[in-house]
Amino acid sequence: MIDVEDVAKDFTLHNQGGTVLRVMEGARLSVGPGECVGLVGASGAGKSTLMRMIWGNYRIDAGSVRVGGVDLATAVPRDIIALRRATLGYVSQFLRVVPRVPTIDVVAEPLLTLGVPDDEARDRAAALLTRLNIPERLWPLSPTTFSGGEQQRVNIARGFVHPWPALLLDEPTASLDAANREVVLSLILDAKAAGAAILGIFHDEDARARVCDRLVDVTSFAPERAAA
Amino acid sequence: MTAHDPGQAYNFAYLDEDTKRMIRRAILKGLAVPGYQVPFASREMPMPYGWGTGGVQVTAACLTPDDTLKVIDQGADDTTNAVSIRGFFRRVAGVATTERTAEATVIQTRHRIPETPLTGDQILVYQVPIPEPLRFLEPRETETRRMHALSDYGLMQVRLYEDIARHGEIATSYAYPVKVAGHYVMDPSPIPRFDNPKMHMSAAIQLFGAGREQRIYAVPPWTGVVSLDFDDHPFTASKADHPCAICGATDSYLDEVITDDAGGRMFVCSDTDYCATRQESGHD
Amino acid sequence: MTDTPLLSVRDLEKRYGARIGCTDVSFDLWPGEVLGIVGESGSGKSTLLNCMAGHLAPDRGQVLFDTSDRGLVDTVTMSEPERRMLGRTDWAFVHQNPRDGLRMAVSAGGNVGERLMAVGARHYGRIRDTAEDWLSRVEIDPSRIDDRPRQFSGGMQQRLQIARNLVTGPRLVFMDEPTGGLDVSVQARLLDLLRGLVRRMGLSAVLVTHDLAVVRLLADRLMVMKDGRVVETGLTDQVLDDPRHAYTQLLVSSVLQV
Repeated sequence: MIDVEDVAKDFTLHNQGGTVLRVMEGARLSVGPGECVGLVGASGAGKSTLMRMIWGNYRIDAGSVRVGGVDLATAVPRDIIALRRATLGYVSQFLRVVPRVPTIDVVAEPLLTLGVPDDEARDRAAALLTRLNIPERLWPLSPTTFSGGEQQRVNIARGFVHPWPALLLDEPTASLDAANREVVLSLILDAKAAGAAILGIFHDEDARARVCDRLVDVTSFAPERAAA
Repeated sequence: MTAHDPGQAYNFAYLDEDTKRMIRRAILKGLAVPGYQVPFASREMPMPYGWGTGGVQVTAACLTPDDTLKVIDQGADDTTNAVSIRGFFRRVAGVATTERTAEATVIQTRHRIPETPLTGDQILVYQVPIPEPLRFLEPRETETRRMHALSDYGLMQVRLYEDIARHGEIATSYAYPVKVAGHYVMDPSPIPRFDNPKMHMSAAIQLFGAGREQRIYAVPPWTGVVSLDFDDHPFTASKADHPCAICGATDSYLDEVITDDAGGRMFVCSDTDYCATRQESGHD
Repeated sequence: MTDTPLLSVRDLEKRYGARIGCTDVSFDLWPGEVLGIVGESGSGKSTLLNCMAGHLAPDRGQVLFDTSDRGLVDTVTMSEPERRMLGRTDWAFVHQNPRDGLRMAVSAGGNVGERLMAVGARHYGRIRDTAEDWLSRVEIDPSRIDDRPRQFSGGMQQRLQIARNLVTGPRLVFMDEPTGGLDVSVQARLLDLLRGLVRRMGLSAVLVTHDLAVVRLLADRLMVMKDGRVVETGLTDQVLDDPRHAYTQLLVSSVLQV
């Protein structure tokens, strides 16, 4: 479902005299349906960079990243937009939403974009918010006023509201208490069981052990001179 | 045509022949494109703007020595404006004048259409203060001209919409906009909307002259003139719901006349000739 | 997915004498997409928008629109009546300043109803029902239908302008800094409204702004302009998170975190 082959990434720093910085090369991994793969490596080794290339907000300078048949290295924007709409989900570390939009609508939005009727979308959003212990009195409020843990759970609800066949998780259990961490892990296991291909970054080793089938160390994708 | 009286300082009907030819060209163009406002080089006339200088120039360009002229103001032949213009043309053109609608070949009017149906031998000349019906909603002349050219008349309808929204009905009671020959929207000059239906399929030639604004427009005989409206608020030719206090007519437009300081009032025909003719034939 | 773009701009150029307004602009806009155009003042983004919308005549190039009856037609060479008709049916234009997009002397209902009447609506009751419906869709109390826009706040005026534009169900909306000049909280409400309308009506939009936070939340794709030229284009988050061009990097690094 997710196939990364020989991927390289450069950053050109125009503000620093046009320096080209190669931060990754020869990256390869693959995640099949029903599988969960964890990215590991020291902080700054490129876990998030790789994740962003798969999501498509970082450009790919060499190699290919195929998700559900679309190569993100060469795809035109509208193919990536369509991919994100129906196939590829992403739970980032930070919730980025239009202020003043009610939580329930924030969570239901991916479904509405897919054309799911309003009522059904809100029902599914409500079910997930309930499962993630967001009290119903908060649903009509914007999540921008919530605590970090609450925002993270809203973000997760939004990330799981549609059964995306491929799912990227960036620290999904960070800043959660034990009970809610359990809920998130069960959501991940459910998604796996439903056939989703999941790629995640988990600092929480115990969580990683419980959900990941394999680990990929991104340190091995560091370019020669940087690795020295 | 030369001056009718070599001893007089003026050319026939005051305007020189070149000016009349220029105005006639504008009139012919107006007749060819019904409702379209044709620019013309309006002349200074020996009367102030607002006294019908546009109508006077059109009349001057139409008159021949054989014509019989009638001039009305608000339906009456005996008001200052009508008397002055009638006197003016008697002096500078020497034409016959009349107060009888049926006898006239050229009728210059301010604010009314005679009640007596007009015939194919007659020309009705309207005095027009503001020829542009879109003016109050769209002040840019470049834009209103374009709107006319493209029949882009949504805005005109907005004006009627606003009327209903504010008054519960179309409250525009005079200068009620019309569509001519299915294309141009036209300001019929400040005639009461009661008169609008008379413009439709009229046998007479109808000419409109705006002196200050230098525009002439026209409705040829037997031309469709439709008052704008809404399906659920159709146009109505309303008038005061009374018979004429003098001749008893129930089908003519009425003026309200205050008769004393105690609230006394009466309704009488605004068309003095119509009223007088009815009285002579025994209606009272 | 459809294979015909809704709007296809080819090699568009506008000059003001020797000075370049915009040049060398080509792109496709697909149904349901929102394209953001960013750049600083004088970068040519507004010139480009006005050329596309038919408010300015470009010196070169084509603006092809997928008309419902004839497929892709170049709107630059289209006759003016056709372009006007497009401007009040399939196209809409939301101005930064509501005073430029509203008739200030006409009631809210008349403002919303104008496009309907322009395309032939002649039933007062139905026009009014539609206007009331649209007022509530843009979160204006329908009881204010007979109020004039000057009695409204800036945010309400902008929402009224949007209702007035969307009432005929356009397929393409041009927006020139639609949230400019509004308070941040009012902006947010407007953005949410626009997002919902875009989604529900399947609208495509071209959005010109200098506000990167606005495009982040509203645009699917981004075009960055400098000195009349497009210097970078791509997915919105790609351009903002991984900018390539020196100018885009500067632009992104100069704003507060969005």
